[in-house]
Amino acid sequence: MKKLMLATILAGAVALPAMAADYTIIAPANPGGGWDQTARTMQAVLQDEGISGNVQVQNVPGAGGTIGLAQFASQNEGNANALIVGGYVMVGAILTNNAPVGLEAVTPIARLTGEYEAIVVPAASPIQTIEELVEALKADPGAVSWAGGSAGGADHIAVGLLAKAAGVDPTKINYIAYSGGGEALAAILGSQVTAGISSLGEFVSQVESGTLRLLAVSSEERIEGVDAPTLKEAGLDVVLQNWRMVAAAPGLSDEQKATVSADIEAMVKSAAWQEQLATKGWADTYLAGPEFEAQLAADITATETVLKDIGLVK
Amino acid sequence: MSSFDFLMQGLVTASDPMLLLYALIGVTIGTAIGVLPGIGPALTVALLLPVTYRLDPAGSLIMFAGIYYGGMYGGSTTSILLNTPGESASIITALEGNKMARKGRGGPALATAAIGSFVAGLIATLLLAFLAPHVVKLALVFGPREYFALMVLAFVTVSSAFGDSTLRGLTSLFLGLGLACFGIDQLTGQARMSFGVPDLLDGIEVTTLAVAMFAVGEALAIAALGNVGDDKVHAVKGSVWMSRADWSRSWKPWLRGTFIGFPIGAMPAGGADVGTFLSYAAEKKLSKHPEEFGHGAIEGVAGPEAANNASAAGTLVPLLTLGLPTTATAAIMLAGFQQFGLQPGPLLFVTNPELVWGLIASLLIANAMLLVLNLPMIGLWVKLLTIPKPWLYAGILLFATLGTIGANPSTFELGMLLVFGLVGYGMRVFGYPIAPIVVGLILGPMAEQQLRRALSISQGDWTVLLTSPISATMLAISAVALIVPLVMRMRGRGALLRQMAGDED
Repeated sequence: MKKLMLATILAGAVALPAMAADYTIIAPANPGGGWDQTARTMQAVLQDEGISGNVQVQNVPGAGGTIGLAQFASQNEGNANALIVGGYVMVGAILTNNAPVGLEAVTPIARLTGEYEAIVVPAASPIQTIEELVEALKADPGAVSWAGGSAGGADHIAVGLLAKAAGVDPTKINYIAYSGGGEALAAILGSQVTAGISSLGEFVSQVESGTLRLLAVSSEERIEGVDAPTLKEAGLDVVLQNWRMVAAAPGLSDEQKATVSADIEAMVKSAAWQEQLATKGWADTYLAGPEFEAQLAADITATETVLKDIGLVK
Repeated sequence: MSSFDFLMQGLVTASDPMLLLYALIGVTIGTAIGVLPGIGPALTVALLLPVTYRLDPAGSLIMFAGIYYGGMYGGSTTSILLNTPGESASIITALEGNKMARKGRGGPALATAAIGSFVAGLIATLLLAFLAPHVVKLALVFGPREYFALMVLAFVTVSSAFGDSTLRGLTSLFLGLGLACFGIDQLTGQARMSFGVPDLLDGIEVTTLAVAMFAVGEALAIAALGNVGDDKVHAVKGSVWMSRADWSRSWKPWLRGTFIGFPIGAMPAGGADVGTFLSYAAEKKLSKHPEEFGHGAIEGVAGPEAANNASAAGTLVPLLTLGLPTTATAAIMLAGFQQFGLQPGPLLFVTNPELVWGLIASLLIANAMLLVLNLPMIGLWVKLLTIPKPWLYAGILLFATLGTIGANPSTFELGMLLVFGLVGYGMRVFGYPIAPIVVGLILGPMAEQQLRRALSISQGDWTVLLTSPISATMLAISAVALIVPLVMRMRGRGALLRQMAGDED
């Protein structure tokens, strides 16, 4: 067992390109986060379904995934066995960090899952509805403090979009960035801030137990089983999905790209994948091919605009 | 009474021979990986998660628990014997523990760490079982301003780890604070001092700095000494076991460490390292042998080790009661829970009592297993010290490099390891303590972020720091701790001056 462990670590650390692995998935984040979990779930399903004989996951953490992305793009030119997990957060991180390597350097394959943003207040808060929160924001943007994930991430962007849609100067928002969803949740539960914003999944059990009040979600239409209006219903034209995707290496031939796409499609269509999504509470937002590429391009443009509006990107 | 019944039921379930075997495997792997510098429990659990998917929930949880506690404990062994802390929470252990090992008292140092970890783990797990819902309410009271005050308190008290010269200690601390400024600013997302190097965007990894300073710097220093003098190694001087005096000097630090570590671990932004700093400072203040600190005081191992393990249990308080993962390891455990379709959160104790109490029983069993595994190993571990130095330090360098590249596979990280190793060597040569630089890197960003969050929430009003009773109390204690010694020194000098004046008369 110990030997096996050490072998795994050694393999993960140094010997990856030399391994006869069918796929190597880079999770450009620390173990435990969403991208890491996505990569490891893919690993399990690809192997169990026999789509791939051997799948390795390697964590290359740092700077909203841009470190892993840069390393992936530079080391795997034309390598059809290399995959990287990424997501919406990466789009913002590339812009705010002024990263040398962007998403155009890899071959996007498919969007896999996604979560919508949710806006909550502590149960003891006098604010009862999203309209009241927006009123408070309009009256004095600085007095409404928002707890959410890292600066420039999906949560921050959502608040910026919301302010813009409400006619409030996005540079005036008082956004308090926390490194992890957990720490932000603690600040919201402790009534340290006015409101909180994060992926819906982070808040579900708190909302059920009545310690947080869910004001709105950022989906196009109401989410089944969730008792909250969309931002659109409240008259704010904001729809935002914090999606996760898988991409392949740069410089692939059309044939190679088609093989990888077929493998990923087989994975997504498998019962094992659907089962994993259900236990993890992830929505299946699979989107591939030209549709995904168009969506990606649209997201990049919209994100760039809002980050400039907030003042995070010059 | 029902809590107690559930716990008993959990213990009966967990004492199944197969489950005990899983616990043993978990503890063994956890310890083995924790021993490697740079590889923490988080990576271990992440790698093992797919294996545990094949087990039933009970087997999986008990293996988790074993790995978690094993990883926490494993770091202390190398800290004590080789002065190479594997993670930030065992840095303080290296300070006194390694001094003890060099005096031939490695056995008692390891024993007090093992038994202290057991005692702390036991008490903290029981506190978790019976007080979790209440502790978490207290932890939530802590907002940015309270955390900032806690960091100030940690800064002031940890200065006792600065060695003999305050100036050198502060120099080292400010070097650490300077290094802490590298990377993306958490609150605005803007890069600071990254000089266009993408690898610097996430700042300087604490484990890389700690491994470089302690392990690489040490190896260079030993190599630079060359073959001067015959290298007489005192692997064991006196007993391998703790003497009566060791016991009587250890038990109070164990208890104090537990009660410092547990609540800080339970705070969503506390962290195991802060608890060890505070425990070390408390032991130095309360010790009857303060002169031994810095030269191998057993209290300085017993307290921080207990605090370290107690905070590991404390971390589970927000995880189980709120579904809040406050460490990377906890985040992976959360993913493990979800595998079995249960969502940690406020309702977990009500909806899944069997699993919660099963986990708590597993923790108790893993904790006992750790003691069983490690006490007999002490005799073997101290033999490490008899390995000829060139081989030993070559091995340390190998493991340090492997650990760093395993956690962060990039050549830049390896370069940083070597550069900081050279810095660590230079600091040793010129007599600068190395612990403060690491402390600065850990506490600096926490203090900065919390202060800025507090001021952002209050829209720039500094008085918020004093309007919270908790924060005001902690700041007042810090001020007293800072000013009283100064006043005493001035008065002492005053008296001395008067005396000298008197002599002249």
